[in-house]
Amino acid sequence: MSEEVKAPKKEKIPRQKMPEQPANVRRHNFEEVPNGYTPELAMKEAERCIQCKDPRCRQGCPVEVEIPAFIAKIKEGDFEGAIRKIWEKNALPAVCGRVCPQEVQCEGMCIMGKKDAPVAIGNLERFAADQQRKHGRDILPPKAAPTGKKVAVVGSGPSGLTVAGDLILKGHDVTVFEALHLPGGVLIYGIPEFRLPKEIVASECHYLERLGGKIEVNSVIGRSETVDELLEHFDVVYLGVGAGLPVFLKIPGEHFIGVYSANEYLTRSNLMKAYDFPNYDTPIVKGKNVATFGGGNVAMDSARTALRLGAEHSYIIYRRSRDELPARGAEVHHAEEEGVEFLFLSNPLRFLGDDATGRLTGVECLKMELGEPDASGRRRPVPIPGSEFQVKIDTAVIAIGAGSNPLLTKSTPGLDLNKWGYIVADPKTGKTMKPRVWAGGDIVTGSATVILAMGAGRLASNSIHDYLTMGW
Amino acid sequence: MFEIVERQEMAQGTIISNWIKAPKIAAKAKPGQFVILRANDKGERIPLTMADSDPAKGLINIIYMVVGKSTALFKTLQVGQFYQDVIGPLGQPTHLDKVGKVICVGGGTGIAVMHPIARGLKQAGNFVYSVIGSRSKDLLIMEERMKAASDELMICTDDGTYGHHGFVTDKLRETLEKHKDIALAVCIGPVPMMKFCCKVTKEFGVKTLVSLNPIMVDGTGMCGCCRVKIGGQMKFACVDGPEFDGHQVDWDELNLRLRSYLVEEKVSYDQFKAGHGSGKCSCGS
Ligand SMILES: Cc1cc2nc3c(=O)[nH]c(=O)nc-3n(C[C@H](O)[C@H](O)[C@H](O)COP(=O)(O)OP(=O)(O)OC[C@H]3O[C@@H](n4cnc5c(N)ncnc54)[C@H](O)[C@@H]3O)c2cc1C
Ligand SMILES: Cc1cc2nc3c(=O)[nH]c(=O)nc-3n(C[C@H](O)[C@H](O)[C@H](O)COP(=O)(O)OP(=O)(O)OC[C@H]3O[C@@H](n4cnc5c(N)ncnc54)[C@H](O)[C@@H]3O)c2cc1C
Ligand code: SF4
Ligand code: FES
Repeated sequence: MSEEVKAPKKEKIPRQKMPEQPANVRRHNFEEVPNGYTPELAMKEAERCIQCKDPRCRQGCPVEVEIPAFIAKIKEGDFEGAIRKIWEKNALPAVCGRVCPQEVQCEGMCIMGKKDAPVAIGNLERFAADQQRKHGRDILPPKAAPTGKKVAVVGSGPSGLTVAGDLILKGHDVTVFEALHLPGGVLIYGIPEFRLPKEIVASECHYLERLGGKIEVNSVIGRSETVDELLEHFDVVYLGVGAGLPVFLKIPGEHFIGVYSANEYLTRSNLMKAYDFPNYDTPIVKGKNVATFGGGNVAMDSARTALRLGAEHSYIIYRRSRDELPARGAEVHHAEEEGVEFLFLSNPLRFLGDDATGRLTGVECLKMELGEPDASGRRRPVPIPGSEFQVKIDTAVIAIGAGSNPLLTKSTPGLDLNKWGYIVADPKTGKTMKPRVWAGGDIVTGSATVILAMGAGRLASNSIHDYLTMGW
Repeated sequence: MFEIVERQEMAQGTIISNWIKAPKIAAKAKPGQFVILRANDKGERIPLTMADSDPAKGLINIIYMVVGKSTALFKTLQVGQFYQDVIGPLGQPTHLDKVGKVICVGGGTGIAVMHPIARGLKQAGNFVYSVIGSRSKDLLIMEERMKAASDELMICTDDGTYGHHGFVTDKLRETLEKHKDIALAVCIGPVPMMKFCCKVTKEFGVKTLVSLNPIMVDGTGMCGCCRVKIGGQMKFACVDGPEFDGHQVDWDELNLRLRSYLVEEKVSYDQFKAGHGSGKCSCGS
């Protein structure tokens, strides 16, 4: 370790910032916030990596991308070499570079972070992917000879896309079934345009099709066809259906017009493009005073979407304090810069509304203070009696988590479910209790991250390939 | 892409029937289930009940009333043209059990939704009384198909131009009084009609099914937009319904939530009408 720190020190380069839209401009548009590195900036940032022999960053990466190796390629200006290195382990780098929680993964482990800022690994990953998409040669990886085996992948989120991509390359005949009218899962319906341009998601899905995979949208498995019916035509089925069930606060007044689940709010805005109403047909309540409940990425995305839809005040009401916010650091930072107002240590009690029009007019909350640590290790919020207060709002977005959607699991006999309704699968292989059925991603772990869903997909695709070629 | 193979205008062009090529859906469709359709890339996801299906030919039938932008856009689609997306079958099918005597009440386009249910109940061996109603004779749909699906058909018009002069609730009450052994009522139509039918059937203690039509987005239980209150509990109409026990429904809440986007709906429809009338639009009609 000490040897690495003492590695030859040249001039000290500071961590390179990505140019981004100014906060007061971007809070009114849906375009992406950071513009990405130029090749010069990327190469300069790449120089900061000291090429550790035993790179800690890689240990922090759930799919073990060869981080120093790809950074070295960027430093040399070999951008195609860089993307090829990343692709060996990660099929969706343009997505991961933008949405992974790098500060607790690779960058959180980076040795440079000990004394200085860590190498901007996420920004570099994003650069390599964007460079390839925009300026690179149209390269497709080599594909094994057809095996004649058929694989059905249910759900086109990051875990399903990973399984599909891997197995297509291994020569299997893969069909992805997606319930919505566009593929991409949360990447298309949940994460907003200003954080992850939909053109990128579309290009990743298109890439699968160019490789020879089929994507059937508008296919609600469990309704249009059951898993057992799929098993009649396919050798194996992979379930990557995500955690698509909205959780409500279960407080009075949740029926008022203007109260949304984050899933509905974000789906209307992203998938249905309600931000461009009436050019697009789907409407959304464009509130002047919007409160989002929760403190994760979903809450940040909702509160920032509200600003862009024209809110004068966009509040985040969270029952713990700033230190406990589970969102990515960059998202909290961006939200603060854009003017999202945080009401920490506050818990909603009931929504207030106009009974004649049915419209939301406010929310009553209670102040909290932090008590002893709970099971999660975070200090537990405890109500302060008599501290009720009201906030005037016309729109509320509930972003306090997601549950397991029972539509598919209830229609599939033989699956083992845990007490929250998630599918029980072997963490090393993704195998479920049902023969020829694998599962992974949020429907197994509960709401997690893009990279963990992809990691689960990778393990399952290896196991599926073994089964299809060797029979176990 | 889903092709329209047959198209018919009913009730003076206010209600349209389409037979659409969707073999996978047709093979699975059961009475009481619905589909979600989108005309094009910019379109809203619109839920419509399947009024009929023909698995052999791979066709499904939708019958819809033109009430706003999306249904007006659907109306412009001619035979040989396509819906970009059709998703389904969605929702729980109706339980078509033999219970003895049943009464089916349908109002407006609710008659189309009612038709396969009445037919199914009759096929299951029930004696089916049906009451259908509309504002006026010209607006009444599916009289012949409902006649075939029922053992006894009663017709009501609000203005008295055909059949009984009055609301369907009159005939419902009359029939329940006459036939004390009716075991089940199914009422489908506008919210006020279903609400008042349920009041009547409650007096007689007759179990009543209704089909709810809250605003929806995904139709798979993912967004919670379609939440309705049933016996004080939150349910998602797209996956738990759309049929529910009518005596448990919080009608006022449903009615309010259906009004969520009145302003936006008007903006959208006015813009469409302006574009469509001025020849600026490219819908082909
Ligand atoms: C608003 C938001 C912001 C987020 N931000 C981040 C972030 O910044 N960083 C990060 O790492 N993670 C983030 N996450 C979490 C991350 O997106 C998820 O963990 C990840 O997408 C899970 O992937 P998945 O493949 O398991 O499922 P999903 O992405 O949920 O995809 C599942 C797909 O399956 C489809 N499906 C469901 N049921 C059926 C069925 N019966 N038949 C056919 N198809 C079906 C769904 O329509 C969906 O398209 C965010 C999540 C949300 C909602
Ligand atoms: C399960 C279900 C089955 C239905 N079956 C039929 C049917 O067989 N025939 C028929 O004529 N109608 C049916 N409807 C109603 C139909 O979906 C609406 O009339 C249609 O969405 C109106 O869209 P629009 O753009 O033309 O009008 P808009 O101007 O958008 O709306 C007119 C009214 O329709 C309702 N509405 C609007 N958007 C939606 C939406 N996305 N989902 C549901 N309701 C909405 C609202 O109450 C609104 O005030 C059904 C609805 C549901 C939920
Ligand atoms: S990114 Fe950081 S931890 Fe990884 S090799 Fe470079 S300096 Fe070492
Ligand atoms: S329409 Fe989204 S949950 Fe029912």
